Amino acid sequence: MAAQTRRLVWPLLVLAGLLAANAVATPGFFAVSVKGGRLYGSLVDILHFGAPLMLIALGMTVVIALRGIDLSVGAVVAVSGALACEIIVAAGDDGSAGTVAAAVAAALALSVLLGLWNGFLAAVLRIQPIVATLILMVAGRGLAQLITDGQITTVTSEPYRRIAGGGLAAVPFTVLMAAVTVLVMWLALRRTALGLFVEAVGGNAEAARLAGIRATGLAVAAYAFCGLCAGLAGIIISANTGSADGNKAGLWIELDAILAVVIGGTLLTGGRFSIAGTVLGAVIVQTLSTTVYTMGVPPESALVFKAVVVFVVSLLQSPRFRAQVAAPFRRGGPPTPARGPQGPAPEEEDDAMRTQTGAGRPDRREARR
Amino acid sequence: MDTAAGPAVQMSGIVKDFPGVRALDGAGLRLEPGEVHALLGENGAGKSTLIKVLTGVHRPDAGSIAIGGRPVAIAGPQDAERHGIATVYQEVNLCPNLSVAENILLGREPRGPFGISPRRMNRRAAELAAETGLDLDPARALGEYPIAVQQLVAILRAVDLDARVLVLDEPTSSLDRDEVRILFDLVERLRSRGVAILFVTHFLDQVYELCGRMTVLRNGRPVGTFTTDELDQRGLVGLMLGEQAGELDRVEGRAHGGAPPADAPPLLRARALGRKGGIAPYDLDVAPGSIVGLAGLLGSGRTEAVRLLFGADRPDSGSVEVDGRPVPLRTPRAPIAAGLAYCPEDRKAEGLVAGLSVADNLLLAMQAARGWMRPVPRRARAELVERYISALRIRPSAPDTPVGALSGGNQQKVLLGRWLIMRPRLLILDEPTRGIDVGAKAEVQRLVAAEAEEGTAVLFVSSELEEVLRLSHRVVVLRDRRVVAGLDNGGGLDVDGVLDEIAEGGAR
Repeated sequence: MAAQTRRLVWPLLVLAGLLAANAVATPGFFAVSVKGGRLYGSLVDILHFGAPLMLIALGMTVVIALRGIDLSVGAVVAVSGALACEIIVAAGDDGSAGTVAAAVAAALALSVLLGLWNGFLAAVLRIQPIVATLILMVAGRGLAQLITDGQITTVTSEPYRRIAGGGLAAVPFTVLMAAVTVLVMWLALRRTALGLFVEAVGGNAEAARLAGIRATGLAVAAYAFCGLCAGLAGIIISANTGSADGNKAGLWIELDAILAVVIGGTLLTGGRFSIAGTVLGAVIVQTLSTTVYTMGVPPESALVFKAVVVFVVSLLQSPRFRAQVAAPFRRGGPPTPARGPQGPAPEEEDDAMRTQTGAGRPDRREARR
Repeated sequence: MDTAAGPAVQMSGIVKDFPGVRALDGAGLRLEPGEVHALLGENGAGKSTLIKVLTGVHRPDAGSIAIGGRPVAIAGPQDAERHGIATVYQEVNLCPNLSVAENILLGREPRGPFGISPRRMNRRAAELAAETGLDLDPARALGEYPIAVQQLVAILRAVDLDARVLVLDEPTSSLDRDEVRILFDLVERLRSRGVAILFVTHFLDQVYELCGRMTVLRNGRPVGTFTTDELDQRGLVGLMLGEQAGELDRVEGRAHGGAPPADAPPLLRARALGRKGGIAPYDLDVAPGSIVGLAGLLGSGRTEAVRLLFGADRPDSGSVEVDGRPVPLRTPRAPIAAGLAYCPEDRKAEGLVAGLSVADNLLLAMQAARGWMRPVPRRARAELVERYISALRIRPSAPDTPVGALSGGNQQKVLLGRWLIMRPRLLILDEPTRGIDVGAKAEVQRLVAAEAEEGTAVLFVSSELEEVLRLSHRVVVLRDRRVVAGLDNGGGLDVDGVLDEIAEGGAR
C-alpha cells in the first residue's frame, strides 16, 4: 500500500498546482455553494463535467492493465447517445420515465455488445488491440450516423435531461454515477481475486493461462466493461446537451482517457494498475480543460498549453528525470542501508520491512549514484 | 601476453546495494590476458551483479575497476564495449527479426559509398562465421536459427568487437553437446589470442575442462581465487555452499526412493496422444508415487509431449485419463482440476509473472482454481506463503518482493511452490534444474524425491541424463519427436544404456 500511495504523490502535486493556479486566477475558485438543493462551484463543475471522462478512463484502466487498448470508446459514446435519443424521440411520449429507462437500457446493452465485439476481435481472434478497436472507432461513428439518420437528434425529455442535470441530496447524478462505478470496480477488483487475475494476465498472459486462469474470457469481459462505461458516458454527454451528435459526441475522448490512465500510473505495457490513480488522472485532465478557460488561455493555444502540462506531469513521473534533477543536491556520498549484509537467512520480519520501503520501486536505484 | 600492462581486469572492493539488500560486499576478481577464468557461486551469490558492474549495467556504490592497469569508471554497456569488454548473456539479447549479419555488426556496420553496405556486412559476417567453423547464412533472420546458434552469434559479435575481455554468462545452458564443443573451440581460439575470458556457468565439469582459475563468491563476498589444480569439484562445491555442503551428498547418495508398488493402477493413462509437428502419438502410464524421467536430445519432443498432457497445447489425437476418468484437454483448467501440475521449461516466459510479488505468484494457481469470487482469505494466504517460502528456502524471504528480482534458482522454487500448494497428484517438471546452481539443484531434486515418497507421481524432463537416472523409476526415451523406448531403472541401467536408445532407438 505504501508504494501505491507514493506513486500518486506526483500526480497529486500537479493537481494541487493546477488548482492553486486556478485559485489565483479566479478568486472564489474553491467556493462551493448550495442553490436550489444543488451544489454549485468550480470544483463541482470539474467533477460533474469530468464524470464521462472518468467513467471511460476507469473502463480503459482494466483494458490497459490487460495489455490492451480501446480506441473505440469515443465512437461508443456517440452510438449510445444516438440510440437513447432516437428511442426517446420515436416513442413520442418523451416525458415518461419508463421510456427513458428503456432507452437507457437499450443504449447500455448495445454498448456492452460493442465492447464484446472488441473483445472478440482482440482476445479471441487475437488481432492487435489497437487495430481491432480502430475498426469500431471508425465504424461506430458510421453506426451512430445511421441511427440518427445523419441528423443531430435533439431531445426535450425531462427525465432524460435529469440524468445529467439532476442530483441526489445536492450531489449531481453524474458525480454519483462515477463514484458508484469507482466503488463497484474497487470491490470487484480488489476485494475479489479479479484484480490479481488482471495483473497476472496483463503481466504474463501465457503464464497466467498455464496457471489455470481464463485469460481470454477475462479480456473479453474487460472490453465489455469498457464498452459499458463508454455507453454510460455517452448517455451523460447526450443528456447534458439534450442532443445526440454522431460526429462530435465523445470526439477524441479516447485520447483523454488513455492520458488519464497513464497519468494515474498504470503502464501501457500492462500488469499493475491503479484505480485511484485513474480517478486522479481523470480529474487532472478535466481540471486542465477547465483551467484553459478560467486562465483565459486563448483557444488557439489551448492545446499547446495542455500539452505542456501533460509533458511536465510525465517528466515528474519519470524516476530517472527526478534523479537527474536531484543529483546536484545530494553529493554527500551514496546512502547506505542501515545495516550491513545479512547471512543466508535474514530475519523475516526485518527483511519484509526493508523490502516494503524499497523494493516496491526498483527504479529508485537510479536515484542513488 | 603483456604482463607489464597489468591484469586485463582488476575489480576490488566492489559494493553494490539494491533497495533492501546488499548484493555485493567487497567482491572482486582479477582477470589476466589469455586466461579463461570461472566465476562461481550459488544463485544469489552476486555473480550476475558483479558481471553487470563490469559491463556497466550497474554502477558500484564503492570499489574500483581497472582495465589493463588503468582505473576506469564504466558509464554504461556501450562504454564497456569501448573499453574492450564484450558480454554474452544467458538469455540471448539480440534482435531475432534482424539478419545474422546485422546482429553481429549492429552499431559497427561496414559502410560503402551509399551508407551501410549490406553486401559488405554479409561478407564480413560470413568471414567471421567461417573463421569459427559455423555454418551460417548471414542474410537469414536470426530468429530462424535455434537458440544455441543465436548464442554463438552473440559470441561472434564479441569476436568482431576485438574485445580484450569477453564475459560469458551461462552461455552453455541451452546448448547440446556438439554446440558446447563448437563454443569451447571458439573460446579456446580467443584465449590463445590473448583475450581474457570470464566464464560463468553451473556446469562444474565445464569449469574444469575449460578454465585455469576460478573465483568463488558467496553471499556477495569473495571466498577466494583458486587454480583448478588446487581445488577439486567436491571442495569447490563445499566453498560455494558453505555450511550446506552436505546436502548434495545426501541427495546424490539417495538415488530414487523405494520402487512404487508394481501392480498399482496407473494414475495417468495417455493413449495415442499426439499433435502434428509436435510429437507423434504416444502411450504413457504413470503410477502414483513413481517418478518417470523423459530423456532425449533438445528438440526430440520431450517438452511437446508433456505440454499435451497438461492441455498447454491442444492435442489433435488421443486421450488422457486420470483415475480412469477422461480429462478434456482444451485448456489447462481441466487437467489442473484433475490434479495435474506443470512447471514449464521457460520460467520467465511461461511460468512466472515477473511484476507480481512472490506471494501472488505462489498463490496464482490456487486462486485460479478457486475462481475469482473466492479469494484466499488473508490469514490462510499469509500462512501458506510463509510455510512455502520457508519450506522451499526461497530467498529473499519477503513475500512482497517482485518475483522478477529473484535469482533463477529461487524463481524456480517459487514456480514449484505454486504447484506444491495445490497438492498435485501428478507433477510435470520440464527442466526444473536448468540454469540453477548446485545448491538449488540439490534442493529441487530433494523436493521431487520427497513428493514422490508422499505418493505424488512425477513426470520429469531433463537434459542431464545423470539427473534423470538418479531420480527416475522409469525412463522414457524420445527421439525425433517420437517415444522410442520405456526403460525400467531398477538397476543395471546406466547413462550409456540410455544414450544407446537416444542414438539408435526408434525401430518400433
